[in-house]
Amino acid sequence: MFSVSIGRGVARLPLSANETRSLLQAATQQKTVDSSLEKPQFPGASAEFVDHLEFIQPNVISGIPVYRVMDRQGKIIDPSQDPQVHPSQDDVGRISFYMTNYGEEGTHIGSAAALEPTDLVFGQYREAGVLMYRGFPLDLFMAQCYANADDLGKGRQMPVHYGSKDLNFVTISSPLATQIPQAAGAAYAIKRENMNRVVICYFGEGAASEGDAHAGFNFSATLECPLIFFCRNNGYAISTPTNEQYRGDGIAARGPGYGMLSIRVDGNDVFAVYNATKEARRRAVAENQPFLIEAMTYRIGHHSTSDDSSAYRSVDEVNYWDKQDHPISRLRHYMTARGWWSEDDERSWRKQSRKTVMEAFERAERRLKPNVELLFTDVYDELTPGLSRQRESLARHMQQYKEHYPLDLYEK
Amino acid sequence: MAAAARFFIRGANSKLSVSGIGPGAHSSLGAALLKLSPNCSSRLKAQRRHAAHFTFHPDPVPTQYGPTQKMNLFQSITNALDNTLASDPTAVIFGEDVAFGGVFRCTVGLRDKYGKDRVFNTPLCEQGIVGFGIGAAAAGATAIAEIQFADYIYPAFDQIVNEAAKYRYRSGNLYDCGNLTIRSPWGCVGHGSLYHSQSPEAFFAHCPGIKIVIPRGPVQAKGLLLACIADRNPCIFFEPKILYRAAVEQVPVESYTIPLSQAEILKEGSDVTLVAWGTQVHVLREVASMAQEKLGVSCEVIDLKTILPWDNETVCKSVVKTGRLLISHEAPVTGGFAAEISSTVQEECFLNLEAPISRVCGYDTPFPHIFEPFYIPDKWKCFDAIKRMINY
Repeated sequence: MFSVSIGRGVARLPLSANETRSLLQAATQQKTVDSSLEKPQFPGASAEFVDHLEFIQPNVISGIPVYRVMDRQGKIIDPSQDPQVHPSQDDVGRISFYMTNYGEEGTHIGSAAALEPTDLVFGQYREAGVLMYRGFPLDLFMAQCYANADDLGKGRQMPVHYGSKDLNFVTISSPLATQIPQAAGAAYAIKRENMNRVVICYFGEGAASEGDAHAGFNFSATLECPLIFFCRNNGYAISTPTNEQYRGDGIAARGPGYGMLSIRVDGNDVFAVYNATKEARRRAVAENQPFLIEAMTYRIGHHSTSDDSSAYRSVDEVNYWDKQDHPISRLRHYMTARGWWSEDDERSWRKQSRKTVMEAFERAERRLKPNVELLFTDVYDELTPGLSRQRESLARHMQQYKEHYPLDLYEK
Repeated sequence: MAAAARFFIRGANSKLSVSGIGPGAHSSLGAALLKLSPNCSSRLKAQRRHAAHFTFHPDPVPTQYGPTQKMNLFQSITNALDNTLASDPTAVIFGEDVAFGGVFRCTVGLRDKYGKDRVFNTPLCEQGIVGFGIGAAAAGATAIAEIQFADYIYPAFDQIVNEAAKYRYRSGNLYDCGNLTIRSPWGCVGHGSLYHSQSPEAFFAHCPGIKIVIPRGPVQAKGLLLACIADRNPCIFFEPKILYRAAVEQVPVESYTIPLSQAEILKEGSDVTLVAWGTQVHVLREVASMAQEKLGVSCEVIDLKTILPWDNETVCKSVVKTGRLLISHEAPVTGGFAAEISSTVQEECFLNLEAPISRVCGYDTPFPHIFEPFYIPDKWKCFDAIKRMINY
């Protein structure tokens, strides 16, 4: 489905910082009208007149190359692009690749590793790896999924709606793309603080169809926000394939339309993702402008545990990505070639991971649910008189009809 | 927007759990656990799922519309859409993921039967879906738009409230989009949490120019949906998603309509009038039996069916007879549609009232995940309200 660029594959950002700035300025500055010049004076565009009728072809931006560092076998193609990472055993142990978001782990870990811990993350809902990289404990992941008394979100949201104030990860919301304009606002506020921070905003190619995505792109460009838009283009929005989602060259092609620097990377290449995010971060902070990274990948898993994707795509297609082009396999090839990893390591790591996860499952499952009074808090900063009455009314009701409510499963 | 997270989208093979309300893990997580670790399973099962908060009460088999077939609610919707596509060559059906049958399977088989120019996916954009539908309707097509969850209808709020609802009025009836019907899954489902549980009808009830309809089961769903499609005004048709598989009835296979803006008395009674729509009708039916058995109180149960414009005549007549009114919905009580009914009945039936009108509704909070069993206006809360009205 995706065009994969071979060859050198190193997508150079086309312009230097200064060149970009002056071009952007030229395009956005209010011009003084000079009618003696045979040039268009329209304030909305900077261009020349032409005297032949021609529509711009829709493919004028197409075939945006896919930047990669490793080939599918995990070999570094151009040594100058090798990020020279040397994962310690600890680092590896902290990151479980095997839990969720199957097939998209490269985009999570590669981008998370390129950021500073203080950078603010606005996720969609398929970025558990980013939070994991920042050190969110497995038990808290489980607590959220089980909505137990340890859940930082107090049991109010469905599974995978993680959030962490300490780790600068804004709590996930189910509605799609709502985080995109919010990320622009947050980046604007952060720019004014001048604390060398950026905002990163994750979303899928489906969410990019929402009106909110347009608003977020346009706001961040016009208001010069230090923001990295990280699009995970995984081929499907539930059942809807990309050719029913858009007809341009993916999401990266939209960047120039908004006056935004853009790059497409191989999302299954954790180093390509890392390099692109690192450079985007550096420049976003230095130049106060948004960057768009489109990471091409494939959603190997179903949309959710309630979805059966065989109803809309072939098993062969899924198998190709699972067996032939998987981000973890590629990294494993790379590590194995350097003697950092072996079949034995893999086996014992899988075994240990599974054990750790199962134990966390069991702990989370045994834990009580949050106190029922938390139903009413946090609607406002303080309990309103009306909510207070409703809370008391529920308490009286439960007292009278307690045999009909599962109160013993909840904290007192 | 977002059709967002759509976490519990039901794929082709999965079953919608009706038993709802699980203090255990999210059901599918639970399933994964069972597979991996047999020694956890017994505890999980024990923890899992209290009984459903309602008992579905099927309608009698309709005799006036010809042969019937056993259908659940999503199949009756599919069947209604099938009838429409067959009889109306201008009809088109679109939305997110509708081409493969929709996440709740309401459009299964229709693309293959009628072609992909008539049943198609749109890009992921609710404001786009409704705006596109308005345009198609204004240009003469029968437009049937699906919003994947009612919780995700808000990006289309502007298109519905400022555009669809005002198209006819602002043009002096030169243009209208009466051929537009918006379908959307609605209401609680046991584990839907903030964004897969909402009942947003009251937001739209504040908007003259549209009609809002909510069925209680498969027979009603088909007849009311076909009435919405035939109606010359834009309609929003909310489908109680917890009933998609749980509600099974004998549904006529031919096309038929059930009139809009007509409430239905499901059970006659003399002491208290109970009004609801959608899933909550079944809760109140059970409450009526409980009140009869335990209190000797006779309840009249009314399914409002159309929220806007609503049938105040049927409701007021009933209250004149009983002198007491209880209205129940899952949406938060403040500003909910019960407030509108209550206000009208107070104006029309003031001297007939024997007790204050009672609203048993959701609390004024977002719809909470793990607290759903405490949040919903269940039968015990409704039963208790009846007791208080009788003893007033």
